[in-house]
Amino acid sequence: MAVAKALKERGSVAEAQPEVRPDPTREPIVVVDGLHIIYRVYSGGGGKGSAATALMRIIKRENRPQTKEVHAVKGVSFIAYRGDAIGIVGTNGSGKSTLLKAIAGLLPPARGAVYTDGQPSLLGVNAALMKDLSGSRNITLGCLAMGLSPDETKASYDAIVKFADLKPGFIDYPMSTYSSGMGARLRFAIAAARTHDVLLIDEALATGDAKFKRRSKAKIDELREDAGAVFLVAHNLDVIEETCNRVIWLDDGRVKMDGDPEEVLGAYTEATGK
Amino acid sequence: MSHREPLGASSGEPVATISDPAPWNGAGSASLAEFAAQHGLRQSAARPKPLAYVKALWQRRTFIWNLASAKTAATYSGSRLGQVWQILTPLLNAGVYYLIFGLLLGQNKNIHNYPAFLITGVFVFTFTQRSLSAGARSIGNNMSLIRALHFPRATLPLAYVIMELQQLLISMGVLIVIVLITGEPPSLQWLTLFPALVLQLIFNIGISMMVARLGAFIQDVQQLLPFITRTWLYFSGVFFMIAERVDSITKHGHHWIGRIFEANPAAVFIELVRFALLETYHKDAAKYHLDHGLMWLYAVIWAVVAFVGGFWYFYRAEERYGRG
Repeated sequence: MAVAKALKERGSVAEAQPEVRPDPTREPIVVVDGLHIIYRVYSGGGGKGSAATALMRIIKRENRPQTKEVHAVKGVSFIAYRGDAIGIVGTNGSGKSTLLKAIAGLLPPARGAVYTDGQPSLLGVNAALMKDLSGSRNITLGCLAMGLSPDETKASYDAIVKFADLKPGFIDYPMSTYSSGMGARLRFAIAAARTHDVLLIDEALATGDAKFKRRSKAKIDELREDAGAVFLVAHNLDVIEETCNRVIWLDDGRVKMDGDPEEVLGAYTEATGK
Repeated sequence: MSHREPLGASSGEPVATISDPAPWNGAGSASLAEFAAQHGLRQSAARPKPLAYVKALWQRRTFIWNLASAKTAATYSGSRLGQVWQILTPLLNAGVYYLIFGLLLGQNKNIHNYPAFLITGVFVFTFTQRSLSAGARSIGNNMSLIRALHFPRATLPLAYVIMELQQLLISMGVLIVIVLITGEPPSLQWLTLFPALVLQLIFNIGISMMVARLGAFIQDVQQLLPFITRTWLYFSGVFFMIAERVDSITKHGHHWIGRIFEANPAAVFIELVRFALLETYHKDAAKYHLDHGLMWLYAVIWAVVAFVGGFWYFYRAEERYGRG
């Protein structure tokens, strides 16, 4: 099996990753245990896309020939405890977003496992929830979808509008007309209306302005106090330094460092030459 | 039909796709798993138990209704006539079919009230047809919502069917007016319209959940579906009397083909609504000895089988929607 072979080839390198020792005095909320993520990508083109060859493939039950396997996360292990805000840094393509998706359960592990308490929520960059609906509809539906009762939804509506801080009038426009920053703000505001055990934020705060960053930091602190955990992927290291109490450095799908923000960010900055 | 399984584990069961016990990193894998188990952590995105799932769905009933209403409003918000189209679309549809099958092809020789007969068929069939095509789109069209928030995914096909139900209720209002105009007297028989439509609704929910899962993993379903529903339309006695056709098929000695025509769920629901609303149709159908009780039995069986089967089939892939 191709997957097994790919795993074997990289097995020896994986040992270089830092050892994980459970801390019995703290309560874990996410345990990532030797996680490998391999996904298929379709590199378009490839020349053999004619209808006849496609039909033959279906008959022979083969995969598309342009399919390539990407081994994005290679044996990552760590434990996140209640109250942690963990920043994840790494260069483009180091597996940060893939790792978050896997924690959220959106990508199946090829090997290893992710254990969580409660259902993690992932906030990504794509801004709209329901593009064709107005911002206010999105708030109501978003809250109801997360399981808030109609009364709770009404009660939190104003707070969400205030938190998202949209330009006047925009709340009644379809979300497709929003700028990426506005969309991200509204999305974050909706998601933050409920307490989450685990909140995964993938660059969702990057498009916000300074004012919004301050408010979202306050919100993240609040969430940590509720004894949940927050994961933050950002290329802006200042945001991570201000918000997180721990940083994981991913390099080519492996954990290179895991620890104190100052220490890890210092080493990361040095290595990437920023 | 089956779709390609994603790599690795497909459900909440313990993940062990590659049987190789060698440790992969410094910390023994077993200790981390044990540590997680000690503190009651569970595999991320495991499928909830069926009962808990149904409960979560029931808890989202306001969401389902609101989503349906919002989507309906959004569909028509761009057009000048707005939601007037909800009445116009079925009327225009009926008009087109009447032009072709009533006037051009002259199907109406044995049916006293052909316009009402035809329009009933078109409206009832449209409910099922649109539920199907909406169900197939329900997951793919809401990817960003699925990936952003956590909620039972079955709310999506449900909301789309409810959206079609709202459309159907408007169509039924139009239909009642047409039925009265064409000279059918109101009667107690009309009350049977409600159980007939409830059974059809349950049936539609079932089949739309089924295509929702198929459509979520196989894009081709959406391309194929219009052809399937159109073929179904022509076989379902929308334009002709199903009892008459069954009678002639049986006379030709193809007894079991007649039975299949009769058991076609779309035909069953259309027959039941026609029987509820059109008094003249009772006389038309009387010559062909259509077993009315059998129609109700078929309707109940179809509704139960489609609903239970569709729900189960959809639920089995719950944790996989939104992946990829």
